[in-house]
Amino acid sequence: MKYVDTALVQKRMNSRLLLNTFAKTVFLLSTLFGLVVLAVLIFRVASGGLGWINIDFLTGRLSTHADRAGIMGAILGTLWLMLVVAPVTMFVGVGTAIYLECYAKKGRIHSIIQTNISNLAGVPSIVFGILGLTIFVRAMDFGNVILAGGLTMSLLVLPIVVVASQEAIRAVPAHLSEASFGMGATKWQTIKNIILPAALPGILTGAILSLSRAIGETAPLVVIGIPALLIPFPGGIMDRFTVLPMQIYYWTLDSSLVAEYANLAAATIVVLLVVLFLLNSIAIVIRNKFQQRY
Amino acid sequence: METNSALKKRNAVNVREMIEEKKSKRSITNVLEKVMPKVLLAIATISVLTTVGIIFTLLSETVEFFSRIPFVDFFTGTVLRPLSQNPEFGVLPLLTGTIISSVIAMFVAVPIGLMTAIYLSEYASDKVRRALKPMLEILAGIPTIVYGFFAFTFVTPILREFIPGLQATNILSPGIVMGIMIIPMVASLSEDAMSSVPNSMREGALALGSTKLEVTRKVIMPAAMSGIIASFVLGISRAIGETMIVTIASGSSKNFTFDITQSMQTMTAYIVEVSSGDAPAGSTIYYSLYAVAATLFVFTFMMNLLARYISRKFKEEY
Repeated sequence: MKYVDTALVQKRMNSRLLLNTFAKTVFLLSTLFGLVVLAVLIFRVASGGLGWINIDFLTGRLSTHADRAGIMGAILGTLWLMLVVAPVTMFVGVGTAIYLECYAKKGRIHSIIQTNISNLAGVPSIVFGILGLTIFVRAMDFGNVILAGGLTMSLLVLPIVVVASQEAIRAVPAHLSEASFGMGATKWQTIKNIILPAALPGILTGAILSLSRAIGETAPLVVIGIPALLIPFPGGIMDRFTVLPMQIYYWTLDSSLVAEYANLAAATIVVLLVVLFLLNSIAIVIRNKFQQRY
Repeated sequence: METNSALKKRNAVNVREMIEEKKSKRSITNVLEKVMPKVLLAIATISVLTTVGIIFTLLSETVEFFSRIPFVDFFTGTVLRPLSQNPEFGVLPLLTGTIISSVIAMFVAVPIGLMTAIYLSEYASDKVRRALKPMLEILAGIPTIVYGFFAFTFVTPILREFIPGLQATNILSPGIVMGIMIIPMVASLSEDAMSSVPNSMREGALALGSTKLEVTRKVIMPAAMSGIIASFVLGISRAIGETMIVTIASGSSKNFTFDITQSMQTMTAYIVEVSSGDAPAGSTIYYSLYAVAATLFVFTFMMNLLARYISRKFKEEY
């Protein structure tokens, strides 16, 4: 006697399997969609901009003449901005992470700071710009200088560094610090000599990622008020400045007036993306090379 | 003998010195031990102070704004004319611009992000996943200004080939590009949610004869639903707060319209326009900056709270 009608089962299975294969293809295609857009974007930028990149463009001053314009001012401005952002975020970010992971008792203060950091991470960057405009530019009267922009950016990327450092510190196995305590070291000695060195690769990775975020961020600086004018190269943190994304912004806006500006914007994007790519590669190298497994 | 006693003398001095040295060192250690927690606590409060600073600046200037423009007029006004002779400050044109651009973005990001997450979590082999994920991370790491450039100089001209009435600055193109920008975020958060569904549930369903699609639809998705929804909400929050793409590609028309081929201004774009236009401190238009920023802050803050609430409240525990 036949309990199972194989033909019928086969028929039903076939349609279900077919649907499965179809769905799989659709899912794969939509995954590839993002990658295709990425490829198109990079191709579009490279085809528009690569031809415009030469030594004169990289080292030249800003100019209203498209064929004479250079981005040295923006490159220097970006570097100066990073000189403010890197130490400030490292200091505040790592300090906060050490406090949260090593000192704070699991209680009110801990949860306030922790919740606060995850909330800050969700605040739109332009709101940080308003904060910077109100506090650093106007109340403290710095003006729209590198220090004001740098401090604003530091607050913006702070959550990235804090969270990364927290994870790095948490990943240091307890037996290392227990051994240190067992040798008679105090808590701060243990943190300074054992935990921080062990967590350093993770912390550095987070710091570099936060820097690459800060390099590409535009909105807060627009709000702070970076002039589109020709300004001298910045020489200190109290100088006015422009950065690569701001240059891209102004050139893109004006590209409907002067067509070549679109090429200048594309060329600047190439430079920006190369910088970001290098930074991220460094982060990956640090992560892979110095990350110790215990 | 003499040399020996001299040696002793020197040794004695040395030992005393060493003890002194040790004591002073220990006192430094002790001081550090006491001071460092307080120093670190002070550093940690900087992040709290940032939040307090944001809320305080927004609130104080917004209060001043509402003393000039009635609260109701602001939220129900459909006319925004900050620069005219008799200025009007209705926020509705900005709200519709923000909401429409976010909705367009989510139309792109939700299906593609979710399907990407399903593929990566359920279908892709380890090798494929390891190759694809870094590429999506690159997409997530591209600065928004680059997306803005892409929307304005590439997507808009292409769309204009297909949609004749489309203006050079419109809300459609930045909406789409914003969606593309959010795909990696939705995909990676949803994938995290789906990957954390235990394998035993997958195996159970597969053993009953389900196909992978049926497992995904009837087992994995319901189990991971809280994380998936939370990723959508966070995506919306990101879209609402996004600035450069809409500023560049959607222009600054303050029309109250629902026509997506038109230029519309979002709240973020308004903030950019006003703050880069050198609004004199103390003018109503200067205060409107803060009122709009406060509205934006409240919107994104609620979204973030909602996302956290959903992922906590409806989390399935295994």
